Amino acid sequence: MSYQERRSIASLISTLLIGGAYLLYVLQRYQADAPANELHFWASAILIMIPVYILLKIVAIIVFTILNTIATRVQEPDIADERDRLIELKSVRSSYYTFMFGFVLAMFTAVLSMPASTLFLVLIISLLAAMILYDVAQFYFYRRGV
Amino acid sequence: MAKFSIGNNIRKLRFNANEMTQQELAEKVGVTRQTIVAIEKGKYSPSLELAFGIALAFNVPLEEVFYVENNPP
Repeated sequence: MSYQERRSIASLISTLLIGGAYLLYVLQRYQADAPANELHFWASAILIMIPVYILLKIVAIIVFTILNTIATRVQEPDIADERDRLIELKSVRSSYYTFMFGFVLAMFTAVLSMPASTLFLVLIISLLAAMILYDVAQFYFYRRGV
Repeated sequence: MAKFSIGNNIRKLRFNANEMTQQELAEKVGVTRQTIVAIEKGKYSPSLELAFGIALAFNVPLEEVFYVENNPP
């Protein structure tokens, strides 16, 4: 298994852990607090999610790099060539389509007069699904070829 | 247009070039070793720039490095 494949798996695991934990935390807070202003609660949840996710993801990548170097005793050069860029573009495209599908689905929940919590929950889940698909697509393209 | 796949002689050319390693070739053409592995296995078709770069690294014409495996009818 190549370095990039291992990195994709590590990224996928961290996305699942961070995203899953954050979603559970927000749902628990929502049920415990029963906020009067739902719009404010869910908008804050999404806005806080972005920096928290980025920060924890950076930490996860650093931990992976250290563990990988210890395990393989080889420090992989962190350069991106044309193949890496092509795989990145294709993965971002898959991720984008997933989020757009979730966004349209969220709009449908609003059109059908569902509660605001449903709309934001669909948005958060589609964001997580897009991030997961990004890692899965990267692993797939590195393994199968482009 | 009929589909065709592209084969390559990189492994043979590396052998003839004093057993050049994949890492050495990667450094010469400015890509990662994994990209050279993918090209050798036919999992990635390089850009024209990289293809010419590889040919120049071995000092041979491009068609000696890459060839069409299944000729279109």
